[in-house]
Parts: sequence; C-alpha cells; structure tokens
Amino acid sequence: MRVKFHQSLDDLKEKLLVMAGMAEQGIQRAIEAYRTRDLSICELVFRAEPSINRLEREIDQMALDLLAMEQPMATDLRFILSVIRINADLERVGDQAVNIAIRVREMGAFANADLPVDIPRLASLSAAMVRKALQAFIEADAELAESVLALDDQVDEMNDAAFYSLSNLIKEKPELTPQSLNALIIARNLERVGDHATNIAEDVIFWVRGADVRHNSSML
Amino acid sequence: MGVGIQVENLNAWYGTNHTLQDINLHIPANHATALIGPSGCGKSTFVRCLNRMHETNPIARATGVVKMGDIDIYKDASPVEIRRRVGMVFQRPNPFPTMSIYDNVISGLKLNGFRNRRILDETVERSLKSAALWEEVKDDLKKKSGASLSGGQQQRMCIARAIAVDPEVLLMDEPASALDPVSTSKIEDLIFQLKTQYTIVIVTHNMQQAARVAENTGFFLNGKMVEFDSTHKIFTNPSDKRTEDYITGRFG
Repeated sequence: MRVKFHQSLDDLKEKLLVMAGMAEQGIQRAIEAYRTRDLSICELVFRAEPSINRLEREIDQMALDLLAMEQPMATDLRFILSVIRINADLERVGDQAVNIAIRVREMGAFANADLPVDIPRLASLSAAMVRKALQAFIEADAELAESVLALDDQVDEMNDAAFYSLSNLIKEKPELTPQSLNALIIARNLERVGDHATNIAEDVIFWVRGADVRHNSSML
Repeated sequence: MGVGIQVENLNAWYGTNHTLQDINLHIPANHATALIGPSGCGKSTFVRCLNRMHETNPIARATGVVKMGDIDIYKDASPVEIRRRVGMVFQRPNPFPTMSIYDNVISGLKLNGFRNRRILDETVERSLKSAALWEEVKDDLKKKSGASLSGGQQQRMCIARAIAVDPEVLLMDEPASALDPVSTSKIEDLIFQLKTQYTIVIVTHNMQQAARVAENTGFFLNGKMVEFDSTHKIFTNPSDKRTEDYITGRFG
C-alpha cells in the first residue's frame, strides 16, 4: 500500500476544494455587489484574488511534486491531471468574479437603469453549474458531471438573449449605452463561468471513466 | 526476425502448486511485451514455459499449447532447439567468469558446434554492436574476462550472448533490476532497438520501465492473467479493478 502517496492525493483534493470555495465565493460576492450596487463587496472580491492566485500556484506545485516523485498510474494519474486542469479553471472563475466586480464599480458611476437582462438568474445558473461540477468532483460522480454539460446550453442561450436585448436597448436608448455595455460584459463573464464549470465536469468524467469528452468527442 | 507467440490454455505446476492457470494470449512478433504482477504471481514461471526451462525442475510440469510461429514448442521441437530459438536474459548478469568477453559471446554458438573462426568473429562483432557494447570492449575482447566488466556491461554482454545464436524471441526476466539508472536506460534503449529484430518478452517489477519499453502489457495475479492490453490502456485506464489496484499501489 502506498499510504503516504494516497494521503498526499487526499491533501491535494482538500486544497483544491479550498480553492473551489474561494472561487465560488468570489462569484457570489460579485453578483451580490451587482444586485445591491454595494462597492464594498466589490472590494472583498478584489482582495480575495491574490489568495486564489497563490493557491493556484501551491496546488500546481503539489501536483507537479506528486507527478515527479510518485510517478502515478491509471486513476491516480488521471486524478492529478484533472486537478491541474480544474485548478486552472477555478482560477479563471476567480478572474471572472474580479471582472464582474470591475464592471459593477463602473456601473456605480451611472444612474440605475432598468435593463432587460436577468443577471441574477444567469448568475444563479452559472453558479449552480460550478457547484454541481465540484460536487461531482467530491463524489467522483461522472453522471452528475454529465448533467452539468447539459446546463451549458441554457447559459449560452441566456447570454445570447442578453446580447440581443441589450444591443436593441443601446439602439433605442443610446443614453443607457454604458450600463448596457457593462451588463452585456457581465453576462458574457457569467457565460464564461459556465464554460469553466463545463471544463471541470469534463475533467471529472476523464478522471472517473478515463474518457476524454472534451469538444463533444469521446476518446477512451 | 521475431515470430509471434500463441499461448493456449497453458497450465503449470511446481509439485502440487498450480502456479499458472489457463493462460491464453497472443504475443505479437517484433514487439516488446511486458509482464507485471506481484512476487509469486506466475510471471517468471510463464516466461520459463516459453523456452521450456520450467520443465528442467524435476517437480515441475506444464500443459497446454505454446506456438512460436508455426511450431508447437512442446510437440515439434526439442528443448535444446527451442532454447536456441528463444534467448533468455536473467535478473543478474551471469557471465562465464573464466571466459573472455569473446568466448562468452560465442559460447552458445560453440555449444551448437560452430567452429569457423571468421563466422565467430563476425558474430561477436555483430552481437556486441547490437547490444551497444562493441565500442566499449572491442580492444579487450580476448584480453578481459566477462566478469571484469561493470554490471551494466555484463548484462549487455549477456544480451549479446543471447542474440549471438540468432534467436527469434528474447525473454528478459527483470533484466535491469540489479543495474544503476544509467545502465538501466542503456538496456531500455537496447530493448527498443532489438525489438525490430526479435520478439521481446520482459518480466519487470518496475512499472515505469514496462510503460517505457513495451507496446503491450499483461498483468498476472495468483497464477492467472488478469488483463492483457496495450501498455497505454493498462497504465492509463485498465479495465480490471485488480489491475488498477495493483498499478496504483492499493495492494501488494
């Protein structure tokens, strides 16, 4: 039994879940800031980012050490490769939270406008995708991961609808262009969060089944 | 050139101990095939059945069919003939200590009655070149004994000795386990080159080595072959949980 090695894999998983928690919190805070226009919440998002970046490096280093020192095989090898990829996606989720917070801060310079886009609903769907993908990772549940892939189309459709309605608003009410553009970018940021959740789900499937389902293909 | 090996319902015993049970597999020609598994799983017994060394033990016996090319090695040829066609390299280099390097390499040919000096000279050079040892020993062929070489050189000399009789199959039973990393990588490079000419079956406890040198890998456990597949599949996504548990160190 490789007790020390398997303990290290558990440690790696635990650390990734800490990272996941911080990335998820970043998105939740950014959306709360959007909903309330509370710039102090934006500050919390900005302040958390260096910790996420530091964790990303630490997790990569742990994974690199395990690859070099333990020469893992099969499910352990796939697990570590998945952790490296999920780590990068979580860091990007953190970046999207920062991007959203920047837009919210920009919007603060303009009067509130009634925009034809349901950002909280889009955010709730994207966040749910991330949560489900991470749950699938925690439970090594490839079926749950597959259910995440199906949600991505819904997020894409909502983002497309936001683009369409906000573009029309800009044409009809040019004075609302700054708010509309910021909301449009936030919708795009949330759509990217959904893409990262999809990547995480694909990595879980790769880890659990050994199947590469990226880009709508299956390579066993 | 190497030949393919077809194994059908191979069973082997040491006394009452049923050490190999119903082994069926095809080892393709001119490929390296690795056999892995915990100690006592039957992988060494298996390779010893491929050159009829198993039966040299008085309490050992084997049943089943082993075909090398078209020849059933238990029916169509004598053990001596089979061992000429199937070379073997062991865990520890086993040079004949009182013989020169030259005599070590041609010992098999001499046993088979070859005496022509020119052919023997050519064979020594060709075999040592194939074993990537020629440049290191060419000036001392008859001056130095085989035992005076380093461990890694001795093992390559033993490989040269095995291929001097122009076999079709090379069996290697942990050929690098007693060697340092540099010598090990030389042996692994050699395996890569040799498989263009011979069919290679390598028993190894070093899974990274199996992954590096072999196209196919078989996993043995308790006398049975649990799984045989491409090395890529075995080490990235094996089909059987027992294989997965073994290669990830969850048992053994």
